This record gives sequence, structure tokens and C-alpha cells, in this order.
Amino acid sequence: MTRFSALSLVRNALSGNRDWDQQWPDAQPKTEYDVIIVGAGGHGLGAAYYLAKEHGITNVAVIEKGWLGGGNTGRNTTIIRSNYLYDESARLYDHALDLWEGLSQELNYNVMFSQRGVLMLAHNVHDVQSFQRHVYANRLNGVDNQWLTPRQAKEFCPILNISPDARYPVMGAALQKRAGTARHDAVAWGYARAAAARGVDIIQNCPVTAIRRGANGAVEGVETARGFIRAKKVAVSAAGHTSVIMETAGVRLPLESYPLQALVSEPVKPCMPCVVMSNAVHAYMSQSDKGELVIGSGTDQYTSYSQRGGLPLIEHTLAAICEIFPTVTRMRMLRKWGGIVDVTPDRSAILGKTPVPGLYVNCGWGTGGFKATPGAGHVLAWTVAKDEPHPINAPFTLERFTTGRLIDEAAAAAVAH
Amino acid sequence: MSRFRVTGKGRVDHHAPVRFTFDGKSFFGLRGDTLASALLANGVHLVGRSFKYHRPRGIVTAGSEEPNALVGTSRGRGRFEPNTRATLQELRSGLVAESQNRLPSLKFDVGAINDALSPLFSAGFYYKTFMWPKGFWDKVYEPVIRAAAGLGRAPETTDPDRYASRHAHTDVLVIGAGPAGIAAALAAAKAGAKVVLAEETAEIGGALLSDPEVVIDGAKAWNWIAARAADLAESGVRVMTRTTAIGYYHQNMIGLAERLTDHLDSVPENAPRERLWRIRARHVVLAQGAIEKPLVFHGNDRPGVMLAGAAQTYLHRFGVRVGDSAAVVTSHDSAWHAAFDLQDAGTGIAVIVDTRTDVREDLVAEAERRGIRLRLGHTATGTDGRLRVSALRINPLRDGSVGNGTKVFCDCVLMCGGWTPSLHLFSHTKGTLKWDAENTAFLPDRKSEAVEIAGAGRGLWGYGAALDDGAKAGALAAEALGLSAAAPTHDVRQDRPGTGTAHEELPTDHDRGHTRAFVDFQNDVTAKDIRLAVREGMRSIEHVKRYTTTGMATDQGKLSNINGLLIASNALGKEPPKVGLTTFRPPYTPTTFGTFAGYHRGAHFEVTRKTPIDSWAAENGAVWEPVGQWRRARYFPQGSEDMDDAVARECRAVREGVGLFDASTLGKIEVTGPDAAEFMNRMYTNPWTKLAPGKLRYGVLLGEDGFIRDDGVIGRISDHRFHVTTTTGGAARVLNMMEDYLQTEWPDLDVWLTSTTEQWAVAALNGPKARTVLDGLVEGLDISNEAFPMMSVADCTVAGIPARLFRLSFTGELGYEINVPARHGRALWEALMEAGKAHGITPYGTETMHVLRAEKGFIIVGQDTDGTVTPDDAGLDWAIGKAKPDFVGKRSLARPDLVAQGRRQLVGLLTQDGKVRLDEGAQIVDDPNQPTPMKMIGHVTSSYHSATLGRSIAMAVIENGRARMGETVHVPTGKGVEAAVIASAVFYDPEGGRAKL
Repeated sequence: MTRFSALSLVRNALSGNRDWDQQWPDAQPKTEYDVIIVGAGGHGLGAAYYLAKEHGITNVAVIEKGWLGGGNTGRNTTIIRSNYLYDESARLYDHALDLWEGLSQELNYNVMFSQRGVLMLAHNVHDVQSFQRHVYANRLNGVDNQWLTPRQAKEFCPILNISPDARYPVMGAALQKRAGTARHDAVAWGYARAAAARGVDIIQNCPVTAIRRGANGAVEGVETARGFIRAKKVAVSAAGHTSVIMETAGVRLPLESYPLQALVSEPVKPCMPCVVMSNAVHAYMSQSDKGELVIGSGTDQYTSYSQRGGLPLIEHTLAAICEIFPTVTRMRMLRKWGGIVDVTPDRSAILGKTPVPGLYVNCGWGTGGFKATPGAGHVLAWTVAKDEPHPINAPFTLERFTTGRLIDEAAAAAVAH
Repeated sequence: MSRFRVTGKGRVDHHAPVRFTFDGKSFFGLRGDTLASALLANGVHLVGRSFKYHRPRGIVTAGSEEPNALVGTSRGRGRFEPNTRATLQELRSGLVAESQNRLPSLKFDVGAINDALSPLFSAGFYYKTFMWPKGFWDKVYEPVIRAAAGLGRAPETTDPDRYASRHAHTDVLVIGAGPAGIAAALAAAKAGAKVVLAEETAEIGGALLSDPEVVIDGAKAWNWIAARAADLAESGVRVMTRTTAIGYYHQNMIGLAERLTDHLDSVPENAPRERLWRIRARHVVLAQGAIEKPLVFHGNDRPGVMLAGAAQTYLHRFGVRVGDSAAVVTSHDSAWHAAFDLQDAGTGIAVIVDTRTDVREDLVAEAERRGIRLRLGHTATGTDGRLRVSALRINPLRDGSVGNGTKVFCDCVLMCGGWTPSLHLFSHTKGTLKWDAENTAFLPDRKSEAVEIAGAGRGLWGYGAALDDGAKAGALAAEALGLSAAAPTHDVRQDRPGTGTAHEELPTDHDRGHTRAFVDFQNDVTAKDIRLAVREGMRSIEHVKRYTTTGMATDQGKLSNINGLLIASNALGKEPPKVGLTTFRPPYTPTTFGTFAGYHRGAHFEVTRKTPIDSWAAENGAVWEPVGQWRRARYFPQGSEDMDDAVARECRAVREGVGLFDASTLGKIEVTGPDAAEFMNRMYTNPWTKLAPGKLRYGVLLGEDGFIRDDGVIGRISDHRFHVTTTTGGAARVLNMMEDYLQTEWPDLDVWLTSTTEQWAVAALNGPKARTVLDGLVEGLDISNEAFPMMSVADCTVAGIPARLFRLSFTGELGYEINVPARHGRALWEALMEAGKAHGITPYGTETMHVLRAEKGFIIVGQDTDGTVTPDDAGLDWAIGKAKPDFVGKRSLARPDLVAQGRRQLVGLLTQDGKVRLDEGAQIVDDPNQPTPMKMIGHVTSSYHSATLGRSIAMAVIENGRARMGETVHVPTGKGVEAAVIASAVFYDPEGGRAKL
């Protein structure tokens, strides 16, 4: 792998950019691997990278039904934050945030992690109570999060509407300064390149059709469109389609899959310095490096595996955006798209072992998986390598839905995650 | 008049000059121009700078697919918008336009330094650098990159315009009013179908507007269009111009954006600027035509290089010659016609270069007859000129090799690389496309909605084919609706059918590692960028798109997608369909946020729900609090009182005298039917069978997970009728949940659910003097404590109004909730105020209600609970009907973690210093001196100053709280640490005697 640097850019510029290497080879499947990861999104590729780097396990295949990074990794609105309420969540997302801060250097790939700050608006007394609770809990957990008055919020984001005459006036805001955004595709590509450099096979356009278990019940490998591939350890990290794959191993998951839509505006010069989220008015917005306003809100109301989504949600989302930022009504929506998010009853992920020996699962991230990418990959690799959960993901078991030990961020986060 | 304007040509009004400015300079165009045609008529080609390299750019197209001619437009305060397509913006008097993405001026832009450094700024370069030193990315590099990126500037003032929206239904919706669309609309309408015909531009006719010499059924094109417009009107077809179909949704729901005022000289008072249509059509005909492809060669982006079809449109539709001397470079027949037409209008044709050697004989003969220099089997390898093209370099192609180049001087280059069927909307439906090698285009394959595609969208070329295919599609649509339809055929003369061939980057004698052959003009993606992406391992077209950003500009790849695909597939050595096509995303063209927001702006963003008593509260100085969609009176300040003063006064009044509270927002559901009691038994934790009619009970509702979802007092009105109240915010959720269970789990139960929230107005009368006030107003009921004790309900009249009277207390004082039909709400309220005057009756708001209930330790679901609290956690174990076989959440209550030790339990909390009021949400620890992360044992859920107790009080959930009464815990406040003692949450009247007076 050629290291990327300013020098290599100059050298290649002079030779017509003809000498760049492939960032990852197009691997053909071998007959057997030590570990197979199903799903080449950021989480799966990250897990493969950390398996190779931190656990010395390099005989790994990441198998993807389409093109790598083509699922929710390449469809989300790239918000990264860790100001979650519960200790378990705060630890997991803050672990991810720590890794985000050095990720470009770690991968030698600029993932454009931009700590622009995430501002969460409170529009009613209930919001104020809830966000204050977050601020207090975060502070005692060592997670940065601070309370701003409406005026302070406007100073941080000048195009914000804090008029008391608004339909839902801003009553304050919680700000996490370490939070921000990153370039989603680059995360998948950076992990793919770094994992491939350590010997991981990335196999694209190869749907996994079933997980095969042996007579003793343990995992033997996966059936794919290109035949059976043997492995004693299989980790499934396939977002909205995880439940379908896990069912072939006889594991039922408490997941519901919903379309989640997002959209961008035409690019404009910088006008939005941070990320703003509003649960009550129900939308969020940031501005990409390219200048597009990146906008999202909640999921569509019905379960679906179709990446289409309906018009009413877009109408509501943009009405909310125009309410929070009244100067953007004449801006134009350039494109919108949908992804399928896998939602658990408590809106927290499932990351760990399963009742099937050798089978691991990483799913249920709902609308908030991107921000966890490095952290999820990191602890998933640990869990697979050691056949036991890392302390950080230990609470995120599948069993909690039976025992009742839920990590109910839904109760606190309401909608946007 | 400019020498580029052709007298007598075009659909513009040559006698109606229209003044406008561009970059501060004043120009004249004509009524009927677009901004682009008016600029071209004035000889202006240079209109913008590209996104990345800041290269000078000119107008390329004549339609909504324009990548370069994006300008800022304004018409007074608040009416500025960036990135307006000059090709779509109709000229209006006084239009102010400005170029974008340049500093300091369009002609001299310092950003053009990027162009000189372009070898460094190849595809994906930013992923490879800006990583050192760590921390410089978002502090140093990113701000610079951001400032350089973006096109126009965002509006800075609030938009004074309104936006509208409408729903409509139709039998057949035809999208695109070119020849195919017109024929389809007429065929369907004549069969009796109700038809809507939507057209993106200002008038119907499509490509025929740019080909006036075509003769259809004996009429010249424009006469034919006029006659068909009359036919359409007569057949009842609703023709919607300036209306773009932006998205195709499930079950034939099409979103359309109609532009209403941007073309008008002045904005009519109160007229909406744009209107969003949601049209549900039983059948859809897509007749969106085809979009011309550029050719990809070195320097193909210089101002003055444009699509041949666009030049033809400017000539015929707007009467504008795009230059004096045109060099034509093409691989398709259509550009030959453009050349002939331009020559007829006085533009010299310097050369026609065709990459093909075997071009149709009649075209060659015609060109020779006209004396035009022909170069067949040639390629274009470069252009000269800085801000405007001055020459085209062409080379012969011989046996696959490229011969020596020669220069042809010109002031414009007209290019044509063939045509791409416009199938964006079809793709929105997830209909599949198949590759057609002959047309080098994707064509529609499997359909997933009730839709026909007609004309050029199916790869058909020529007006005759389009008209007949359109008529057929219209007839098919009508027949699908059970109508009998005919598809007339058309006799077309002077038709211009054509064929062509497609290219990736044109052959060149330059080193391809250094050519600047643009694929995506706006995003500055060159052919070599795409090859670089492939070299670096990007094999999926989606990866190529995302790595290079080709097709991601504001034209959404309308010009670039197929060229990019051909270059990528060539580099990969794969057939184009194996490489794939990126997904077309709605909207078809960029659409304003305002159009989607529609009426939902400002006060109308969401409805403000008001109670029947709201007007009284407004007149009496209420301070409001938003609660869900409701606005509720939070307190009623008198004189200079602040909230604390007012709340203290209101609390004292209730505790000592009598207060009146508007409780109308409480959710209310009437549960009726023979199985009503059984239904209630299954939904709520409490037992209901033995509750006698006329009695009330406090009910708790759980989710399946065993956690509290809602609560409220429920009255049994008769054996088969319950009056359920819910929390204000929970009303809709609870009704949905009830309906869900009733319809999916227990369809055997004979029960009906009716929301009655807005049918009742509710006044809550509380305080030791409540009965005294009420007594004189009630008829038909003895409300003495003996006859009508606590937790009773009965019908009576109050102040002559039929009422359902509840005796209950959420304040701890003697209390009544008087329900009357909503229309009598204010009359009831005023009667109570009048009757209470002598007793100092005091209206109070939600804040006082909160304090009073907290003094009594009554929970508010959603504040003291958060979806993780069981009835036992909240101290409501007594409300569980333990003998009941089942209720929602019962099974979950037995889960190990719900019965484990150490759960957080609701308790009271008293700060050591009674003047200190804790923040709601503050976290509680045992050891305030531990390092972070600290072990938190709970949090403060409610916290107030209690005027009654003369100190602060709080409610909290704390691990094992009920077993820790009297123990001291600590609350870090951010400024310090407050010590507090765990206490009973019932701070006032623990025996509860006051409510039973």
C-alpha cells in the first residue's frame, strides 16, 4: 500500500496520476477463513481492520452483497456525537469519539472528521428537563455537553431562529463541542484500504444467503452466491438485513426495519457552522464541506425494506427546517434518498455473542450507527477474537430483551438519534 | 438590437424589450426570453465559474439540465436565491442576476489558481492529504476548502413569499408536453379519461418548438401545436405549464412543483410563489423526451462550447444566434440539422466534424450543396480561447490512430454525442432498465407501477415515431381504465429522424494522462479522473460516482451519467450494464424548500390547539407554555409578578381558598360496549370489574415491556361505558395503542373507542372552598361529601349547563373536575369565576398545578417517569390488579431485571438548604468526591419552590430509594455540590384528609 502524503500527491501529479495503487484488491473468495464478517459497511470493515491490527487475525473475509459502503454507511447524514444519557451508551459512543479523533492518521486516509459541534434545541419545558438531564449525566460521565441559552445558541449558529414568536420557540440548547461530522464514504474506503493492506479479503457483489451450522450447533460457514465458504467464526453486521440473515441460523432478533430518508440542498458558500438537531420541531441540519445542506429527520411511519420513502415526511422535514432556519426557504433540495434502519425495542444496539457458538451479531443501531463506526468495529473485533464481549459492549446483549435490562435511549432521545 | 438576435425568428415578442442586469451591467432582452437566451442575444457566453477549478464556463444547454449557467437572482429584499438555472428562468423586467463562485469578478477569479494546480487536485485528492499535523483538518484546511467550495451564497434574509400546496386526482397524468405527451393526452382524453398534462417549461410543444419546419398532418409545427392546444382545452385536459414532475412515489402518486410568480414582472399581492401538487393518477404516461449528451474532449468546457440542440433551440424558440462562426462536432445526425438551420440564419459554419465515416448520404449532400466544410471520421482534440472559445482543434482518425491536428477558427462549438432517454421518474418507481447497445442507452424494462413510457424515452427518434407512440401510450392508459380508445397515426413531413454512435472520451493525440476532457462540467470531473478512480479500485459505478463526484452536481448527472459510465466501463473492460447505473434520486430538478414546506410556516407550522377557555386566559394575561401541539396557560401574573411570585400566590389561593384550572387538554377516550370492562382489565394494570358505575379509579397503563406509558383517572359511567382520561401529551398515543390491541389482538371484544378530548371542556375547581363555590351552581345532584364522596362521577347541570361532574383531586385539596360540552366551556368558566368572586377564586396555570401535585407526590408521566419506570419503581404497586389473569405488560413485570434489587425508585428529596432549588435532570451521587466517570445513583425528576412549605422540594428516582429514607445524598450542580436528604415524596398532608373534606 502506497502511503498517502502531500509528497505522494505531488509525485503522482507530476506523472499524470498514473501510478496510484488499487486501494483494495477485488478479492475472490477462498474456501476457508478464520473469520467471516457479513456486511462491508463501516462497522464490518472496521471490525476486520481491528481484528487484523489488534488481534493478529488476518485470515478474514468481509463479504458484501453489493458494493462496500453502499448501505447505511453511504446513506446517513454523518452526524457524530456521544452525549447519550445512559452510562452504557455514553461509554460506547465516547469510545467511538475517541477513535474518531485519530482515525484519519490511524488509517492514513482523510475521513474529514470535523468537530463542528452538535447543538440540540429544546422547544418546551419537557425538552429542557430532558436535555439538562443529559448535560448533568454526561458531565459526571466525563462526556462534554453544555447548556446554552437561546442567545448563546444563536451566537454559535447565527442562522438559527430564536424568536419568541416562533411556533415552538427555542428555550435553550445542549451543545457537545467535540461532536461533529465526517465524510461517510471515506470511512468505509479508509477501513477497506487499511484492512486489505493487512491481508483482509473484501469480497463484493457476493450475497450471503445462509449461515450453515454443524451437527453440534456451532457455525461452520456461510452459503453465498459464489458457493459455501467455511469459517468457525461468523459476525453478521448487515444493518437492516441482519434479521434476515440471522434467521437462517435460527436466531430471531427483535428488530423492525424502517425507511429513513435524508436529503441535501444545492451547494452554497458556508452558512452553517455546526450541526443543529431539534427533536420537538423534528429535523436536523448541517453543511457538508462541499457546501450542501445535509438534512434529515425521523423514520417513515411504516416498516419496509424498500429504499424509497414517501413525500409527506420530506414535506414535514423541510417545513421544520424552514421553521428553525427561516432564511433557507428559497434554497433548493438537490436530491433525497432512503436507507433501511434496524430498530430495537429500546433503540440501542445489539453487539455481542449469540446463542449459536461462533456466531456474533452487530445490529440494531437504528438511525444512529454511523457515529459508532470505529467504536463498534473495535469492540466487535475484540468480541470475535476473544469470544467474549469487551467491557464496553457487554451490556449490549441480545439477552437484555429477555431479562429486561434495557438501555432505553428512546425514552430520552425521543426521535433523532 | 443585438446582431445575435434574428429578426422574425423565435417565439419572443420582438417589440417588447425587457431590461435586466447581469453582474451590475444593464442589458435588454425580449418578452419570451429566458435569462440564458437574453444573455446569448447580447453576445454573453461567460456566465459562471466551475466548482473546483474555477474555470470560466458558458451556457451549455437550453433546459433544466444546465450545469454551468447557474446565477444568483433577486427581486428586492428577501427574494434572493442562489443557483438559479439561467436556462429555465424566464426573463422578467428588472431581473437582477449575478454570477457565482468567483472572486473578485467573473473575468478575473483568483480561485482559478486551482486550475493551474489541477494535477494535484485529482479525483479523491482530499482523502490523501490534509492529515498533518493532526488537528489541522477542521481548524485550518477545512475552512479554506469550505470557503472555496459551494456555488452561490445562501439567502440571508427571511423570504417574504408564500408557498402553497394542493392534492389532485386524475385518470391519466401525462408528464411532458412534447409531441409524444400531447398525442398521449389527446388519445386518453378523447377516450373519455380525465387527463392532466404537465410541462416543465412555459409552453407546450417540446422539441417541436425548436423545429418549426416540421409538417404534421399538413400543418407546420407551430400551427399544429396551436391547434392541439385548442383540442386539449376542448377535451377538458388540464394543461399545467411551468410545472415540473419532481418525484414518482408509491401507488402512482406524483409530486409536481408549479412555479407561479418567478416569471412575472412584479409579484402579485399574496400570490404564492410556488405550489406543490400531489397528484394521484390511475395511470401515468411519461413522455419526458431525451437529453442531448456532450462529447468528451480536451477543452470541451470552454465558454462558447455548447450542445448543438441547444443552439437550435436558441435560434428557433428565442430568435438568437449563439455565434457568428460555429464549428460543429458530432457523432449523431441531429447536429447536422442544427448546423443547417444556423447557417440559414446567418451563422457561418466553419466545419462539421463527425466522428463517423459513414454518415447518411442526404445529410452529406445537403452540406456539400451548402458549401460547408466536412470532416468525416475526425475527432476533436482541443479548443483555444480563455473566456470564450476561439478555435477548435480537429484531427483525422485513420485505422484507429489519430492523425495531425489542424485548427478551425470559430466563436462557438456545437457538440452532440447522441441522446439519453430521460427516465428519471421511471427510475424513482424502481422500475428496471435494460441496456440497449444500439442506442447506447438504458431503456425502460420491467414496470412496477401503472405507467407507460412514450417517445424518445423508449429510444424512438423522430417526430412521427414520437407522435404515434404517444398516441398509443395514451390509448393504452385509457384502455387500462376500461375505456375504449383509439391511437391515431400521424403524417409527418420534413421529419428529422436520426441515428448516431456513442463515445467515451474522444480519441486524441494528446497524452490522456494530461487531457482536460470534462464529463461533469459543474463538478469539474474529467475522463482521466474517472480512469484514476477505476485504477484505484473503484469498480462499482456508485464508487466511481462518489470518489470523483461525477453526476453529483446540480444537474444530477443528466449530462454526464452515460459518458461517465462509458469511460468507466471502458477502463474496467466491462460492458456498461455490468458496471451499472447510479440511482436517479428525486427531485427531477432542484426544488425550493419553501415548495415542500407549503403552508406549514410560522404560526401554521403546526396547528396550535386551544381549549374553549383559551380566549379567557388570553384576555386575562396568561403566560403560555407549549405542551405538544396545545398551548396552555402556565401562570397568570398580576402587576409586576414574575413566575415565582405568581405561582406562589396561585398555590396559596388553592391551599387556603379556591382556585380554578383549565384541564381541557387532558386526553379523553370513551370506551363503550358490552366488553368494555374486560377491555379495560386487559389494557390497564388495575382491576375494573368491580368498580361500580358512578365511581372513579386512578388507572396505570404499561407498555409490553412493563414500563409506565400513561396514567389518568377513569370513570365508570355505566356498566358498558368508561370515561378514560389520559395525559395531555399521551392522548393520541394511548388511543392508537388501544385500537392496535383491539383490532389485532382482541378483535373478539365488543368495544368501541371514541376520542372525546375536544368534545369536553374541563374546569378543575380546587381548594377548601370548592364545594362552597360549586354548591349554588349544581342542579340535579347532591354534592355533599356524604352523597358525592371522593372518587365519584355523576351527571348533573352546572350553571345550567349539562355536565359530567368528577370529584377527584390532583392538588390534594377538595376538588372537582367539571366536564361540559366544549361549546359551553367559556360560559362555565365565567360562571365559576363569578360564583367564586366572593371567595377570592384564583385562576391558576400548569406551573402551579405542577407544584401542587409535587407537594402531594403525584407523578407526571414523562417527567417523573421516562419509559424505564415500573409501577413498583414509582410506588404504584397498589394499582396493579394482582388477581387479574393478564394485562398489557404483566408478563414483563416478572422479568429478572424488573424485580431485581437496586432499581431506581421514586422518592422525595429535600436539600439541606431549603432555599436551594435543584435543577430538574440533575444527577445524584453518593460520593461527590469520586473521580469521573462518577457512579450515578439517580436523578432529580421534579423540583420546585413550595410556598406552602416555605422551602424547596424535589422528587427523584434513586437506587433502592425507599429503603434509604433519611439518608443524605449529593447532587453536583456544576458550580458545587448540594447535599440532600431522601424523604417521602408526599410532602403535604400525608394522611390525605384535605381532599376528603
